[in-house]
Amino acid sequence: MPAYILEIIVVALGLLILMVDAFVKLEDKRTLAWIGMLGLVVVFGLLFRVEAPASTDSPFWQFYAPDDRVALFFKGIAVLCTLVVLIMAYDYSPVVVDQTADPEPGAHPQAGLGEFFALPLFACAGLMWMASATNLVSIFVSLETVTIAFYIMVAYLRRNVGSLEAGVKYLILGALSTGFLVYGFAWLYGVTGSMQLSEISAALASPDVNQLGALFAFGLILVALAFKVGGAPFHFWIPDVYQGAPTPITAFLSVGSKAAGFLILLRLVDPFLGSEALSDKVATALAAIAILTLLIGNFAAIPQMNFKRLLAYSSVAHAGFLFTALACAPTKGGGESLTPTTVIAFYLGAYLVMTLLAFLVMSTVRKTIVDETFDAYSGLAKRSPFLAGATLVSMASLAGIPLTAGFWGKLFVFKLAVDQGQWVLLTVAILGACAGFYYYLKIAASMYLSEPDGRKQSVDNSPIIVGKIARTAMIVMIIAVIAIGINPSLITGLLG
Amino acid sequence: MLELIVFLPIIAAVAIVLGSPARITAFGAAAITLVLSLVLAVQFKITEEGGFQFESARDLLNIPGFPKLALSFGLDGISLVLLLLATIVMMAAVWVAPQESKIKGSSKIYYLSLLLIGGGAIGAFCSTDIFFIYAFHELALIPTFLMIGLFGHGENRVRTAWTITIYLGVGSLILLAGLILALVGVGADTFNIEEVVALAKAPETAIAAGKQTWIFGLLLVGFGILVSLFPFHSWAAPAYASAPTPVTMLHAGVLKKFGLYGLIRIAMPMLPEGMQALTNVLLVLLLGNIIYLGLVTIAQKKLDRMLGYSSVMHMGYVFLGIAAANHIGVGGAVLLMFAHGISIALLFALCGWICERFGTVDFDELGGMAQHLPKLGLLFGFAAFASAGLPGFANFAAEVAVFFGAFQVGSGSLGWFQWTTIIALWGVVISAVYMLRAYRSLFYGEKLEKAAAPADMSWACRIPILLLLVTLLLVGFVPEILNQFIRPAVEGIFLTTHG
Repeated sequence: MPAYILEIIVVALGLLILMVDAFVKLEDKRTLAWIGMLGLVVVFGLLFRVEAPASTDSPFWQFYAPDDRVALFFKGIAVLCTLVVLIMAYDYSPVVVDQTADPEPGAHPQAGLGEFFALPLFACAGLMWMASATNLVSIFVSLETVTIAFYIMVAYLRRNVGSLEAGVKYLILGALSTGFLVYGFAWLYGVTGSMQLSEISAALASPDVNQLGALFAFGLILVALAFKVGGAPFHFWIPDVYQGAPTPITAFLSVGSKAAGFLILLRLVDPFLGSEALSDKVATALAAIAILTLLIGNFAAIPQMNFKRLLAYSSVAHAGFLFTALACAPTKGGGESLTPTTVIAFYLGAYLVMTLLAFLVMSTVRKTIVDETFDAYSGLAKRSPFLAGATLVSMASLAGIPLTAGFWGKLFVFKLAVDQGQWVLLTVAILGACAGFYYYLKIAASMYLSEPDGRKQSVDNSPIIVGKIARTAMIVMIIAVIAIGINPSLITGLLG
Repeated sequence: MLELIVFLPIIAAVAIVLGSPARITAFGAAAITLVLSLVLAVQFKITEEGGFQFESARDLLNIPGFPKLALSFGLDGISLVLLLLATIVMMAAVWVAPQESKIKGSSKIYYLSLLLIGGGAIGAFCSTDIFFIYAFHELALIPTFLMIGLFGHGENRVRTAWTITIYLGVGSLILLAGLILALVGVGADTFNIEEVVALAKAPETAIAAGKQTWIFGLLLVGFGILVSLFPFHSWAAPAYASAPTPVTMLHAGVLKKFGLYGLIRIAMPMLPEGMQALTNVLLVLLLGNIIYLGLVTIAQKKLDRMLGYSSVMHMGYVFLGIAAANHIGVGGAVLLMFAHGISIALLFALCGWICERFGTVDFDELGGMAQHLPKLGLLFGFAAFASAGLPGFANFAAEVAVFFGAFQVGSGSLGWFQWTTIIALWGVVISAVYMLRAYRSLFYGEKLEKAAAPADMSWACRIPILLLLVTLLLVGFVPEILNQFIRPAVEGIFLTTHG
């Protein structure tokens, strides 16, 4: 079975949800989420049955990598991420209903919930396609499929000012970065005369390439993609949008969108690094962004007092580590060494599990508290030892404490930096990791060590009930974080 | 069986999470690991060439460009001695820990954390894979944070919890950087300690001398922070004073030895020239531990802080033995790690008992306990003498070996080492001063009112104390019990270092 069938299935799944929502009378619209979840589980299983097509003569294969383990891995990330987003959305639906409910009489009390489950699936299909895209056109189209779905999802809570504000910010900056990207693509086409990544690679490697034009194209593309993945200094939209968007969508943005962005970066940076004339300048630009991102992400996270905002900065910080890996691509060949592709894929795999775990806790707790400040989380360890424990595991992993998945991600990045002799980057990365120790632990401290402040009416001390699916998902993720932490080949094995 | 010892505390911790009764589970796990480790000690074959025994390995990760990772365990003489230290102290610590009903807050978290701290130390000592040596040690980081923050005493406990965690976290990251550089430096394609050390010793792959100095410097700072080497010691005493007693016992007694173990196991054989280059720096720093912190210890007005500083101070001797880098010195250092671990755990256990009964450990508020609490007085006396290094206790045998080892370095004239040793000898006087002062102000002086005196130590309280005390005396009278394990292992390090 060729891989593109899976994208078709996912789109069909999204359409199915919309149809069922429109034509079947449902008592509880959350049933729709079940359709999505079950469908995604099937799709995830099918990922392991994907085979290379028998013949690749058709022009379609110019747009789509026929056989690519890394692409499959990223499709897996997209599917799992969407699955968890749907699980979160299922538990989060009371908030969605509350913030979107239509006061008109006769309307279904959960009107507008169905689309909330269908949109992530469309974004997922875009992410999956993007993983296999090998042509500037298909990269651009799939990226826009994802981004447009996100515009809607971010602003979904239409009675919530924060969500609308986030939506507008995301729309304007997203459109801006799209503009940069298209312009960059245009220049790249102008310089190389091709839309095909393999041909671009060959054209850039030849000595008589127009260097200035190629570098200009690279600069534009880098700016655009740094916007998407949250690389400094193009990260400033992240905290506001993350804070305002509905929590499941924040998680989706933080994991799915970032994974896709880095995959595209990997694909697009590779031809430039392969060119002898350009590679040094390109690597320097990447290193500069990496250093800035590491510093800003990690150090701006320190004073944050809001869980969601902190995770937003943490997402910037992790982008910094990923940029570090990208900047440490082995330019001077020779010997076996880690490749940025392996490191970035591993990092994102680990990042997926630990970040989604944190967001899952957040969306579960959100029903019982008004906002995501640390105050609201104080005493969580008493209200629900399970949720506190899950957060602790996730924070330990994000901080990169050994025997968790996150540690290996960082270790691989450090190793890559040492291999390439990037001492400045290594020092900054280690400093960043030190800062991470503090701010991730701060969340744990707020849950375990501070007593809930009884004077504030927003705080209640009743135990929190965790839904069955969410609980199962969390247990699976906790085990995954630790199992990968002990045996990282669980992920590297998938990369071949 | 070694794998069982390593994983039993962790399995028990998981069982507690899943709802198994906390104290009984922890107690059972600690007891079984203690018995199993004793069995291993009996089965351990003493050979001349040292080397690891009871080895097991499971390959985990094998990708190009990255060292092979294996979950591998093994014991040589040095790690066996430290394993015994860990299991003995863990047993005592779990025993001393309060009943579930007396714990304010979640007793699950309490015992779970204890098991993870102990299990982490055991795992670090038993691993033969550098990654897991490092990783197991880190297992204790967050439990320590929670234990001090949740169950510690004093108003500043949250602050103290932060201090120790960030200090040790940063230390570990510096250490990590040093380890990566060392591994990359020898071009290691594996994390296995024996193979890496062999690479470091082979002339073709050894690291260049100048680079060795840098890497050893990083490792010294990293490990030094973990061991509270002067001037990176400031986290230790406040943390020990505010942590719950069992945590202090495990941390001061066992976990802190990890840094020293790392120096002996990894830094010393891999970076001999780097070590040589920095020896004089180390000598100055360790005198800071012995003399400066010794004087700080004398100035303390509270028993818990005094013990905390004394434990920091004694690390100076161990560093002296390591710096000497000869058989006697390093052998003495290992023995001292054991002896100090047991004796400081013993003292903190008694300190915890006093604190629980009297609600204070301030020397000014306590006094005259000898008459109504003779058993406590006797036990405390023994512990204080042991810590001060009186003959008959393991500490004496170890400290003597360290001094001999250090004095022996060089050509016989008075050099850096000889002067350091002469100055360091005054540390013995200093520790006698503060221990005897503590004893005097606790047990003599104005008599304690009979009514104010609590019941003397019961048998249940005495057993863990006696377990530790008997170990000290046994090793003190017959140091050969442990030396027979340590000697070949230390020989092994030098055999290949200078060979």
